[in-house]
Amino acid sequence: MGEIRLMKGNEALAEALIRVGCDGYFGYPITPQSEVIEYLSKEATNRTGMVVLQAESEVSSINMLYGAAGTGRRVVTTSSSPGISLMQEGISYIAGAELPCLVVNVMRGGPGLGTIQPSQSDYFQATKGGGHGDYHLIVLTPYNVQEMVDFVKLGFELSEKYRVPAMVLADGAMGQMMEKVELFDQIPRRTEFPEWATTGKPHDKERRIVTSLFIEPEVMEQVNLRLQAKYRQIEAEETRFQTMNLEDAEYVFTGFGLGSRIAMKAMELAREKGYKVGLIRPQTVYPFPYAIYRETAPKIKGILDIEMNSGQMVEDVRLAVGDKTRVEFYGRMGGMIADPESVLKHFEKVYLGVE
Amino acid sequence: MTEEAIFAGFGGQGILSMGMILAYAGMIENKEVCWMPSYGPEMRGGTANATTIVSDTLISSPIISNYDTVVALNQPSVDKFEEKIKPNGTIIYDASNILRPPTRKDINIYGVAGSEIAIKLKNIRVLNMIILGSFIAARKTVKPESVYEALKKVLPERYHHLLPVNQKAFEEGMALI
Repeated sequence: MGEIRLMKGNEALAEALIRVGCDGYFGYPITPQSEVIEYLSKEATNRTGMVVLQAESEVSSINMLYGAAGTGRRVVTTSSSPGISLMQEGISYIAGAELPCLVVNVMRGGPGLGTIQPSQSDYFQATKGGGHGDYHLIVLTPYNVQEMVDFVKLGFELSEKYRVPAMVLADGAMGQMMEKVELFDQIPRRTEFPEWATTGKPHDKERRIVTSLFIEPEVMEQVNLRLQAKYRQIEAEETRFQTMNLEDAEYVFTGFGLGSRIAMKAMELAREKGYKVGLIRPQTVYPFPYAIYRETAPKIKGILDIEMNSGQMVEDVRLAVGDKTRVEFYGRMGGMIADPESVLKHFEKVYLGVE
Repeated sequence: MTEEAIFAGFGGQGILSMGMILAYAGMIENKEVCWMPSYGPEMRGGTANATTIVSDTLISSPIISNYDTVVALNQPSVDKFEEKIKPNGTIIYDASNILRPPTRKDINIYGVAGSEIAIKLKNIRVLNMIILGSFIAARKTVKPESVYEALKKVLPERYHHLLPVNQKAFEEGMALI
């Protein structure tokens, strides 16, 4: 068993970045995730020699990440919603250049500069693009502080396996709250790098080129076909989710990250009142676990999706179930958080006709 | 056993630390714990609060609608959270600070003279430990020894000379119940 600590989500994530053998962090502070760069500045360089650099802006951070990822190093940036928006061009370039790296978004309310309070309104941006071009990130959504740690490791593993950038999509509450967490042991920083990495050209070797520029459309199409083939493989093999109480469920609550925690509590309250409610919680939102919703739909009377936005993941849930079951949505926006009692009331109102 | 508590008061009263110490103490006893602070401008002088959950089983949501126990160190916190206490739940408030005490008949109400004890100890900053003592005496969520252990974790080492006065404050607080 690894070391157990009580940690804030942001600090646990930072600790995991050190332990996973990260070579470099490039970022710019923004609430509610500034503890990440604060923690790394204090701890990282002394312990592993990891580079921790505060860039002059998020645009700069993401392009530093692009360059460093090109050398085959394990590199990461973290930010919150407005900062992640600034990074979209760079993320598209990294996806096009097929470089592994980790981008962490600790979401806050928007649009615009918005609020520093927690939100989940960047789901579309994270899963459906954000930047230009036909690309995807592998998107992991932690629902507790333990997964803030576990998904750092998983994110790098998946990203490196497929050469597709990965994102940890958390929210302000996940970053700020403290929970018990088990840390994995220190992984040494790598000393050998992949065959595509630009590590300096010896006289007797071919040049290695990392680029997202392919002027010839025939070549660009081949790059796209290769990317799409990878995405299909990721969709087939890397979908992750968790279910609870589906065996006898007549209704299913669903949500990701913080939304799924609130859904889980609402499920407990519903069960206390005798309603047979289960839970589906995606851990990856790209690839999205369409199959579990599709399989569950004919067996139940309806789904209630809970998110801190106007209804984003619910579009994927509806896509999964078609007309096989009814799908309702409950959400709060702009940094407000749905409370479990209100979720239960909404469920009783829309599904049971209880006012 | 699950304790769903909220600590609330003015920023600077040590509200967030109270919850954090309780969470640490819970962890020392191998319980599941979750501490969810309000963050942002309220930390710098407004009303601050920290939801703290200690449980023998998996904790679902860090966001909860109703509380087993509310600890209120100022009037706005009493006004805001009294109605959110579960029936047969508990409110503990600093009687020296509250002009309009809670009125519900279906909850346990403890008005403790925390600020008076703090003045007696010549250290108003230990008010949070006094009230935490009252909380533990009333709720028995964790053992006092676990709180003393937790204090060592939460208090940075350069302040460890203050451990005895904090422990004394905690004991005085327990005696108020």
